[in-house]
Amino acid sequence: MTDVVLATHNITKSFGSLVACDNVSIELKSGEVHAIIGPNGAGKSTLISQICGSQTPDHGRVELMGQDITSKSARERALAGLGRTFQISQLAMEDTVLQNVMLGSLGRTGNPWHFVKPILKNSALRDEAESALERVGLIDEMHTETGTLSHGKKRQLEVAIALTLKPKVFIMDEPMAGLGLEGSKDLTSLLDQLRHEAPILLVEHDMDAVFALADKISVLDYGKVIASDNVEGIKKNTVVQQAYLGGDE
Amino acid sequence: MSFVLIAEQILNGLQLGVMLFLMSAGLTLIFGVMGLINLAHGSLYMVGAFAAAAIAGLTGSFILALLAALTAAAIAGAMVEMVVIRRLYNRDHLDQVLATFALILIFSEGTRWVFGSFPLYLDIPSYLQGPVSLPGGIQYPLYRITLILIGVVVAIALGLMISKTRIGIRIRAGENDREMIAALGVDISKLYTIIFALGAALAGLAGALVGAIQSVEVGMGEPVLILAFVVIVIGGIGSIKGAMVGSVLVGLTDTLGGVFLPKILQLFMDISTATNVGSSIASMAIYILMGVVLIWRPTGLYGSRL
Amino acid sequence: MISERHINFLTLGLLVLIPLWAYGVDEPFTITLMTRAVIFALAAVGLNLILGIGGFVSFGHAAFFGLGGYVMGILAWHAQNYSPLMEWPLLIEGTKSMPVIWVLSILLSAFLAFLIGMVSLKTSGVYFIMITLAFAQMMYYFSISWSAYGGEDGMSIYVRNDFPGLNTLDPIQFYLLCFVILMAALWLMSRLVKSPFGLALNAARQSPQRVQAVGLDLHKLQLLAFVISGAITGLAGALFADLNRFVSPNMFSWQLSGEFIVFIIIGGVGRLFGPVIGALVFVGLEHFLGGISDYWHIYLGVILLLIVLFSKTGVIGLIGKKEVHDD
Repeated sequence: MTDVVLATHNITKSFGSLVACDNVSIELKSGEVHAIIGPNGAGKSTLISQICGSQTPDHGRVELMGQDITSKSARERALAGLGRTFQISQLAMEDTVLQNVMLGSLGRTGNPWHFVKPILKNSALRDEAESALERVGLIDEMHTETGTLSHGKKRQLEVAIALTLKPKVFIMDEPMAGLGLEGSKDLTSLLDQLRHEAPILLVEHDMDAVFALADKISVLDYGKVIASDNVEGIKKNTVVQQAYLGGDE
Repeated sequence: MSFVLIAEQILNGLQLGVMLFLMSAGLTLIFGVMGLINLAHGSLYMVGAFAAAAIAGLTGSFILALLAALTAAAIAGAMVEMVVIRRLYNRDHLDQVLATFALILIFSEGTRWVFGSFPLYLDIPSYLQGPVSLPGGIQYPLYRITLILIGVVVAIALGLMISKTRIGIRIRAGENDREMIAALGVDISKLYTIIFALGAALAGLAGALVGAIQSVEVGMGEPVLILAFVVIVIGGIGSIKGAMVGSVLVGLTDTLGGVFLPKILQLFMDISTATNVGSSIASMAIYILMGVVLIWRPTGLYGSRL
Repeated sequence: MISERHINFLTLGLLVLIPLWAYGVDEPFTITLMTRAVIFALAAVGLNLILGIGGFVSFGHAAFFGLGGYVMGILAWHAQNYSPLMEWPLLIEGTKSMPVIWVLSILLSAFLAFLIGMVSLKTSGVYFIMITLAFAQMMYYFSISWSAYGGEDGMSIYVRNDFPGLNTLDPIQFYLLCFVILMAALWLMSRLVKSPFGLALNAARQSPQRVQAVGLDLHKLQLLAFVISGAITGLAGALFADLNRFVSPNMFSWQLSGEFIVFIIIGGVGRLFGPVIGALVFVGLEHFLGGISDYWHIYLGVILLLIVLFSKTGVIGLIGKKEVHDD
């Protein structure tokens, strides 16, 4: 089982009487796109928070490359190779797009302790940042103030920052939201390339993208994994159809 | 160190603590319900003291003076809330700090303009003068005992008001969820004005009560305000119970530290050095207490949020 | 609307031309007034790093300002009385040398900022405001109770300290010294905000979660910013004490901490020249309003209230527009 990159083992998280995440075990293998779907409030965000370290599970373990990271901070997880995007954009809105991406490069090199030389003069970091922007299709906007970007472009920027981290695993929290048809097509093909660099845990509402990309789909409902299968299996699964696909989503 | 000395110092500490509670209760309520940091709370303390001194000077009645302090501070508080503070609820803390800092300038200079730069004196009424004998042979000033009692009564009344009355329920609802209380049909801006005026009245009362044992002067409010900040940082912002515990802790630490640290240090060094070093360290004692509490509990003893 | 760059040049021009003019027409008082403004500006430049860029409203920067002042006071006092500062375990003499005093002010203020920052940066928002205020108040009471160095009365230093090659008692020469230091600090700031450290600190204010998610150490970034910030304000304190040839507990007062914030707000939060413009306007108001009325703080209070309630961007924001660029 050496090719399991990321795994959760029976993680549970409750808020008062609400069990937001109930005994969830998922695995992500190298080269794979593993999609997490489910209706709003099914516990997808709580799951991601626990994997990325902004919340700690009440029970259970999170493992990255076989190493227990359950009690590590978000920062330590990032250093261990976890590259995430946020569902609600976490960007420096007053800075330019380029500056936001360079922050990612800076994080990966782990050395912000330079005080005099402008970061934009660091050509290695800058090339890396620009190539990430190129890949997500934001290169023309690199000098734009981030706060003025459209919602969809902020999502692309989120992906670009994750790219510069050169992570061992991507955690993508609704990267397609607000992208439009053309945009989500482009991002889908980008993610299809990316899976060869690092496997992707993908939380997404855009079913076209999920069906096009996923090797495996896990369906969450009321905090539980109610099904975990490949695309064909999920499409045929009657429990899933009832809980989710048959609903008004 | 005799038992009497220790008992006296503990009473002094309690008296300081009780006065701090009157200040910090309002501050912590205002922060808890409205999310506002109010630097001008010390000005309301000063307003209370000046109102009391002025009325006592005119009428000679201490009771009337206290009533004047409560009323003047409550009116000043309500006016300030309606004119300025109301516009700051949705602003960031920096704006709140700055605007209430500006209010301090206006209040302080305004008071100096009206009353002049010289301190006023408020006399302890004759029926509260002199010492009383407590069990154990302790002689303690009657007025200070009265202060402690008033503080305890106010604390109990405040506790009852918040847990039992309708306005208390609204205050608690407001602490938890602002939209909810608006949905309940409570006139939220009126509620805020009332809370602010209540906090102001308590500060004004404290100012008048303390004014009788210290002088009444411009700038008297801010050192107390900062002590009250220490209290609510220790107790946890928004918690009345925290304010109560914090006040007593700070009052006792400050008083006992100032008296006993030099004496303890005398065991190790000569008297004059011990007095110097001891009083220097004692002046920092409450801040060290605050630091220790924060390292242990970053949101204070009874605080829940950051 | 004029660009921020032009406003900065204009300010720089004033900082050079007013003292030169005052020197020409022999108005040493004006030069002293400008020196005061420049030193206040330096203190606020320090504060602007943690407040404007770091996003932490420190209401206790007088702690560092006062400490810098006392470093100067204590060293110079021992030197003027020919008594050593310490005889055991090693002999330390007082000094009248400005460079030595400056270095010590910077180091000790940085250390104090490290200690205060360790505790207070674990919190944020309103807790941070109150805690920094409280720690500055601690320094205030400590200085009052420390009778060996003047206690409540403070200390007078009879002759201004020395700087190699200059006559520091000549107002224009001392002004020049302070001006050069302010320029150096501004240069450092202008580089700092574009450096990797500045980028990370700036992002930490806007989105702490993002900074952690890329693996940067949020707490360390903010602590270092606080330390640099305190060190600069401490240096300003040493200069201020030298300007007045006097230190007292008032250098630790909460009013001063508040005024530093006021400079930044008047000038515009997080802008390079914001603190400079703010300090100039403040000292100007203090001088002119103070000449009109003994109660000028009332007018100041009203002006501040109006600025807070009706202008979010300070003076620079009123006349120039904010520009976003990456180099």
